[in-house]
Amino acid sequence: MRLPCPICGERDRREFTYSGAAVALERPGAEAGSEAWDDYLHNRDNPAGVTRDLWYHEQGCAAWIVMTRNTATHEVLGAALASEARRAGSTS
Amino acid sequence: MVDLKTKTPCAGLVPVRVGPLSLVEDAPGHMTALAPYLGQDAALSEALKAAHGMAAPGVGRMSGKRGARALWFGQRMILLMGPAPDAGLAEFAALSDQSDGWAVLHLEGRGAGDVLAHMTPLDLRPTQFKRGHSARSECAHMPASITRLGDEAFQIMVFRSMAATLVHELKTAMGRVVALQ
Ligand SMILES: [Zn+2]
Repeated sequence: MRLPCPICGERDRREFTYSGAAVALERPGAEAGSEAWDDYLHNRDNPAGVTRDLWYHEQGCAAWIVMTRNTATHEVLGAALASEARRAGSTS
Repeated sequence: MVDLKTKTPCAGLVPVRVGPLSLVEDAPGHMTALAPYLGQDAALSEALKAAHGMAAPGVGRMSGKRGARALWFGQRMILLMGPAPDAGLAEFAALSDQSDGWAVLHLEGRGAGDVLAHMTPLDLRPTQFKRGHSARSECAHMPASITRLGDEAFQIMVFRSMAATLVHELKTAMGRVVALQ
């Protein structure tokens, strides 16, 4: 499996560490309420299809990356730096 | 003051010679990590040029020449190798001394790329990874920096604590490659 890094280009999967759904970037405000915090901390979808998750290019440039990929076909549809996805104000 | 004896990371481990291949240590002198402050990348590059004669390397590249090099070293990180860093650089980047922290090895000779292919997932084909190209990746499961210095010459860097393991792994791979030549 090869994954695209926005900085380094296409690299072998073993250089990356997987870190779960990109939902982690959408931290609710302190006043968002217990339901929003419950979703943020605990509830995850398990899609058969397109999903967005966080990968760390640990054995590479050390960037956090939002990877969009299809769990059914293994197709990788896109990759963006997590820092920029967050700066843009939305990760969806 | 106690007079401590300087010992390089690979002292006693190299040189290793197998057939046409040689593995030697490079003692580059000072090594300093430069992390440019946001928006200061161009200013840092100018300061590097003025003080040390080389522009900041682009992503995945090395700049400068023997004795004074700058290596792309990861996301927003440059490693200055050779000279002591000019104090003016601190205006544009966070500096941290890495001297003695990294083992620096040079692998040279016919089949050097084949040796590395045993140890790293990088695409090292000459059309993809040319002279002056540099990458952070893993080498025998260790975090490494790998740079092509010539057609059959590479610089490999790992943390100093892993020097003996890297030399051991390289020596084994060198033997395998030469046995098939
Ligand atoms: Zn990367």
